[in-house]
Amino acid sequence: MKTLKPGLRLKSAVCSTEIMVIRAPALEALLACGGVEMLAMTETTAAGGAIDPAHAGGTLIGKRYVDALDRVEVLCTRGGDGSLALDGVAMAVKQAKALPSSD
Amino acid sequence: MNTALLLDMVADTWPERVALSCAGRTLTWRALREHAAATARRLREHGARSLAFLDVNGPAAAVAMYAAARSGVPYVPLNYRLSRSEIEALLSRLDAPLIVGPSRGYEGLSVPAGAACVDGAALLDHANADATPDPHADPDPDAVAVQLFTSGTTGAPKAALLRHAHLAAYVLATVEFGSAFEDEATLIAVPPYHVAGIAAILTSTYAARRMVILPEFDAAGWLALAAAERVTQAFLVPTMLARIDEQLRHSGTAPPSTLRAIAYGGGAMPRPVIERAMQHFHAAGFTNAYGLTETSSTICLLDPEDHRAAASSDDPAVRARLGSVGRPVPAVEVEVRDESGTPLAAGQVGLVFVRGPQVSGEYRDAGSQLDTDGWFATRDRGWIDPAGYVFLDGRADDVIVRGGENISPGEIESVLREHPAVADAAVLAVASEEWGEAIGAVVVLEKAQSTSAADLKRWVRERLRGSRVPEHVLFRDRLPYNDMGKLQRRELRREFGGLA
Repeated sequence: MKTLKPGLRLKSAVCSTEIMVIRAPALEALLACGGVEMLAMTETTAAGGAIDPAHAGGTLIGKRYVDALDRVEVLCTRGGDGSLALDGVAMAVKQAKALPSSD
Repeated sequence: MNTALLLDMVADTWPERVALSCAGRTLTWRALREHAAATARRLREHGARSLAFLDVNGPAAAVAMYAAARSGVPYVPLNYRLSRSEIEALLSRLDAPLIVGPSRGYEGLSVPAGAACVDGAALLDHANADATPDPHADPDPDAVAVQLFTSGTTGAPKAALLRHAHLAAYVLATVEFGSAFEDEATLIAVPPYHVAGIAAILTSTYAARRMVILPEFDAAGWLALAAAERVTQAFLVPTMLARIDEQLRHSGTAPPSTLRAIAYGGGAMPRPVIERAMQHFHAAGFTNAYGLTETSSTICLLDPEDHRAAASSDDPAVRARLGSVGRPVPAVEVEVRDESGTPLAAGQVGLVFVRGPQVSGEYRDAGSQLDTDGWFATRDRGWIDPAGYVFLDGRADDVIVRGGENISPGEIESVLREHPAVADAAVLAVASEEWGEAIGAVVVLEKAQSTSAADLKRWVRERLRGSRVPEHVLFRDRLPYNDMGKLQRRELRREFGGLA
């Protein structure tokens, strides 16, 4: 379990995925990638972990993912083969509204 | 989120795509990151606690900005058009700066103790590039990213601070990652010390859109570069668009056909200029962007669809939106309040307040100017129409209080400009024993035209209330604008001498 707050960066324990929390209420939650809890950027990964086939949809860089209740939003800053889940429930890609370039 | 991460994401994904082109030189996203990493190392070696950039726009500005971000020190682009003593005064307010540039004209510049200087060209030297940067630098996301000295049209320059969190919030709310098509290129003509110049680098990076940089604006040069580089988007301040319009009308050159999006902002756009621009660039979508230094650039947008709807509508309320700055961008709220702070209903003119994650409202010396609920007073006057479109009505500081009545210079200026003999006009407060403040007008005549003060007063009286008629009218050859097209009212006040 980790306290999620905006700006927090995490990395997957089982693939190359990296994320940053964009929006989160103050809550303790288990953010997983590939079915395994994500790690702080400074933690070293124990070798040999594997992606749970039930969480192997993958992440895409630049996409935003939200939980089913739309409380937590994360930005994928590096893609990977695992997919994201909050407290065991898969997170979904958030569709962005296109804006014209203004600078 | 540190803004250096925006560049990391793009450099990881499209390392070999071209990031920017300027004066025959190109850099890929990978090269931009490598140069930024090398410069970040140089900042650490010098023990620099800020990075001052004192040069015209170019690749070194982007390198310097991302280098400062990687090192977690403020990037401070300075206005190179200021006098030497003004620049020295600003430099003396910086904390142990590494000064990038200038390559010319500043020999013997006096710099504060602990400062170091480096030529901008050294930032682009391949021999110095850091081919193995830390893959994902993650300096303090709450650090100050950018310090901008506001233009100071009414007083000494204030040092506005934008933190990484503000700039990243703006970018993430308004730009989709990698959304630019590979053939897209944006022409950056604003100087590096303007917030639009900062925002342009950040949003172009996150969209992975190639930047074409014009170091110093002139209309003919802008048109030639847009054509040569097959530019697809551009941002312009109103004065620049006015000069491009003039150049197109007088030279007979065809506008570049590749332009599909033109954004403008940074001041009020005269209606005839935008209407003619929409004809010149009929295939382009126009976007009006309203923002301030303190709000990390754009807070409201009038998008291309709004422009087309307004231009082709018979409904006066819809047509008037061509003079609007549009609606707030996602996550930003705009509110209009009266002098006592009470929110006003649609259509009522008051003071414009803004709130959102990109709004900083912080200054180096004065600290945060946000109120307890996070709102920032823009000091712009304006109103919001029933459909949510925001209209601006000048700066609160420019309001003339004549005998207790608040008078906005904007409406009088517009009426004066409609006079056939008038090319430009500015209206401002002049001290008056009778009224406290009276109305002064400074008028520039069209070539080979003449009129009198009496005639202009009559012209205003026929169109506005009697209290709006200027008491004093001066004729001048031109009005004092700064290089971003902002009227220098302080200078005009001096024109009225003993009266002001």
